[in-house]
This record gives sequence, C-alpha cells and structure tokens, in this order.
Amino acid sequence: MIDAAFMGETFLKLLEGLPLTLKLTFSSVSLGLLVAMLLAAMRLSGVWLLDGFARGYVFVFRGTPLLVQIFLIYYGLGQFRPELQAMNLWGFFREPYWCALLALTLNTAAYVSEILRGGLQSVPLGQIEAARACGMSQFLLYRRIIAPIAFRQALPGYGNEIILMVKATSLASIITMMEVTGIAHKLISQTFRAIEIFICAGAIYLILNFLVTRAIQALEHRLSPHLRQAPVPAQRLEPAMSSGDDR
Amino acid sequence: MSNSIMRRWWLALGACALLAPAASAQQSKEITIATEGAFAPWNHTEPNGQLGGFDVELANELCRRMKAKCKIVGQDWAGIIPALQAGKHDAVMTGMNITDKRLAVIGFSRPYATSRHVFATMGDREMLKLPKAGELIDITALNDEDKGTIEQMRKLIKGKTIGVQTSTNALAFLENYFKGDIEIREYKTAEQHDLDLSAGRIDAVFVDYASATSSLEKKELKGMTVTGPSFRGGLLGRGVAIGLRKSDTELKQSFDQAIEQVLADGTVKALSLKWFKSDMSPPK
Repeated sequence: MIDAAFMGETFLKLLEGLPLTLKLTFSSVSLGLLVAMLLAAMRLSGVWLLDGFARGYVFVFRGTPLLVQIFLIYYGLGQFRPELQAMNLWGFFREPYWCALLALTLNTAAYVSEILRGGLQSVPLGQIEAARACGMSQFLLYRRIIAPIAFRQALPGYGNEIILMVKATSLASIITMMEVTGIAHKLISQTFRAIEIFICAGAIYLILNFLVTRAIQALEHRLSPHLRQAPVPAQRLEPAMSSGDDR
Repeated sequence: MSNSIMRRWWLALGACALLAPAASAQQSKEITIATEGAFAPWNHTEPNGQLGGFDVELANELCRRMKAKCKIVGQDWAGIIPALQAGKHDAVMTGMNITDKRLAVIGFSRPYATSRHVFATMGDREMLKLPKAGELIDITALNDEDKGTIEQMRKLIKGKTIGVQTSTNALAFLENYFKGDIEIREYKTAEQHDLDLSAGRIDAVFVDYASATSSLEKKELKGMTVTGPSFRGGLLGRGVAIGLRKSDTELKQSFDQAIEQVLADGTVKALSLKWFKSDMSPPK
C-alpha cells in the first residue's frame, strides 16, 4: 500500500523546510537561554520586585498554550499596526518569521528559567561553604563550583526542553511559515495522502531529535566523570622466560 | 487482586466488542456532512460555536428532502478530503469546486452552485489599477484578449505579496499564472489572510468572490476593495459540489436527486440571494 518512490520524493520535498526548522530551533533555543538566565537570576535575586516579575512571567508563559501565544503575537499585535509603527516596531512584527521566533523564545525562556533555578538550587550548600572557606571570590565560586554543578544537574531537564522546541517549531506553520510541517500540510492538500507524508515528516523530527539526544548524552557523559568507574589500571607485564634458558 | 483487575479488563473489552457493531449500524443511517466553518458566506461558525451559512442551510434542506438524518460537523479545511477518505465523515459541503485533482481521489455530486475568484486589496496603488474591473474571465479557454489582460496584470502585480488560503484552487491559479512575479503566503483560513490584509502584512488576497464580498462588510476590513476581473473555470474548478467517497454511489444518487429538486424549485436561488446577494445557481 505504501509507495516507496512517493515516500522518497516526499522526503526530499520536506527537507526543503529543514533549514527553516533548524533556524527557528537554534535561534529560539539560544535566545531563550539568555532570557532564561536573566529570569533565573531575577528569581533568585531576593529582590521582591524582580522575583515577582519573574514569577508572573513564568506563570503566564507556562500556563498558556504556545499556539495561543503565537496567534496573539502574530494576529493580535497585527491589530495595533499604527501604534507599532509609531514605535518603529512594525518592521519586526510585520514578518511572520520574527513573530514566530519571538513567541518560541519567550515560551522556552519561561520553562528554561525554571530548569536553571532548579539546577542552581540543587548545588549543595556544603560545597559552597567549602569554596568560601578556601577563599574563593564570588566570581570564582560561580565559575568553578556553582555553574558546573548547576549545569550538570539541569542538563537532563534542559535536554528535554530542546527536544520539545524542535517539535514546537512545527506550530510556526500556522502563521504561513513553510517549515517541515508547513510543507507537509501543503503536500497533503496536493496529493491527499496524509499517512505517507506525515510519516516522512515524523521521521525528519525523529532524526533531528535523535541527534539532539545523542549530543546531550555525550555532554552528560563528559560532565559526570564522578559517576563513571575508575579505569582499571593496565596489568603489569612480567617478562616471559626466554626459551634458551633451561634450568 | 491483580487477577480480578484483569478479569474486569477483559469484561470491559468484551463489552466494547459487543457494542461496536451496534454503534456502526446506527452510524450508517446517519449522514455526517463536514464543512469548514470559516469560509463565510458559504459557511461560518457563529460566536456560540454553531455552524451556519449557505452550505449549512442547503445541507439541512437536502437532508430533509432525502429524508435522511444528518449531522453537520466542522472540519479543518486542509484535512477535509483525507478525513472524507478515512471515513470520518460521509460528505463535504464547503464551497468546494470540482477539479481534476480532487476528482482523482474523491467523487462529487452534481454542482449546486458556481463561484468565481477575485483579487481584493486594501488600497494598494498598483493593485487598484488592475484592468477589466468587474469582468469575468473563463480560464478554461483563454482567448488572446484574456491572455493580454493577464500579461497586463502580471506587470502591475510584480513584487506584491499575495495571501491565499492553502490547498485551494486559488493557490493553484496563482502558482500557475503569476509564479515568480509575486510572493505567495498561504493561510489556513480566509479569515486569517483577511486579518493580515488589514494589518498590512500582505498587499492583496486572491479569494472566492462571495467570500470577499462578505469580508467587505466587516468593519475591521474597512477600505478593502475587490479589484480587477474575476476568474472562473479551468484550474478554478467546474462548479461547487458535494464531495463524496467514490464508492458511495447510492449516496451520490440521492444527493444528485435532491440537488436537482432544490435547483428546480428555486430554493438554491433563494438561499444564495440571502447569503450572497446574487444568484449563484450553476448554469443549466
């Protein structure tokens, strides 16, 4: 029933959307990380106002569907064109790409800020105290002790978030972005063969996420030497008796 | 304990197996008709979630005449044909034209209406200059004059961003006649490209005429105007009809008969005057 030649052709056509999918994922994940670091810092600052803002932000962006956020930013802000033009922001909001990127970034930042906060708070107090006792400056303390431990602790959760973001880019297709899913929809409407096309699209996301998973695994392995078994020392070789030396 | 849970599980499965044939037998008497619900005035969704519009009212009338029990459901446009093939619904009534490509995968009843397509803009200067305003061009057989008109249009339209509903004949038309001249943006629904037209993200839309005229009446779309000639035939389809599975020949027959009746006694004309303010009955 499944037509291999058609699948191959579909796969190639869907790959045309891959650069956009990758661009959206990469940009939103990296920008989102920056915003998330800021939010996590605010959250842990101990300043009531900053903490409150970060809490509110996370509550709103985690509590509403990404689809709704994309719609609000694209079609919602589209209604305020004169105001945006007055602020010189229309050039940005006119383009579906920037709207999609903004929505994805703001959304992932909310999740990642919580992941980072969890990581930072999981650093054992004893280790911080020990570092202070050694006379480390605040900066050195962060660089050598807190950041590496927090990052290692946050990594599995963060890996999850990256995988989710790879898939979340598919929502950009609803605001006219022709990434992998957008092209899939278009092909389906041309051929009406939903099963084959969605299998191909799913396979592309699967391959992408396989690569992401492996990269995170490799990083995790690298960052957890203390969990690995110490290498077994090589056995010392005894000189063999020479055959001519009969005793 | 786990044993008793297993037993209950098997009982539940058995009950499902027993109920399933009864449920499907009931379904076969009821005809499920899908409509998009976002293509006014052909069909739309009321604020309370109910479906309405020309297609919906005509569907109810057809069912009354066929003495069939019908259920009208909303279904996303892009998935409406695959879902018909998959048996999620039995008929599609959503201002859909008969085209060769659709005929390759589904069957159609006889046409119950006609449609034509136009460009609409929000005061874009070049778009407003499109020639032959209000005239109808049948693209099934283009004469030299029509070809000249299209050439003229291509010059004016060059570099514009045009919005169109995805997987429609309108899209196929743009890709065939204006590809390379324009940037095409594809939208899920006509309502969405209207929103972007009013926001100024696109210079014009290419859309079903009836749908455009209903958009013109909305206050959010003040200043929107239909421009240039309208197109029908060829890639744009051979009339609006009910989409059916090819295997459902009986259903096709009863729909055909009912459509014949409503065309003959003026029901279609009355409904189309109500919804389109013009007679959309197909030519005899």
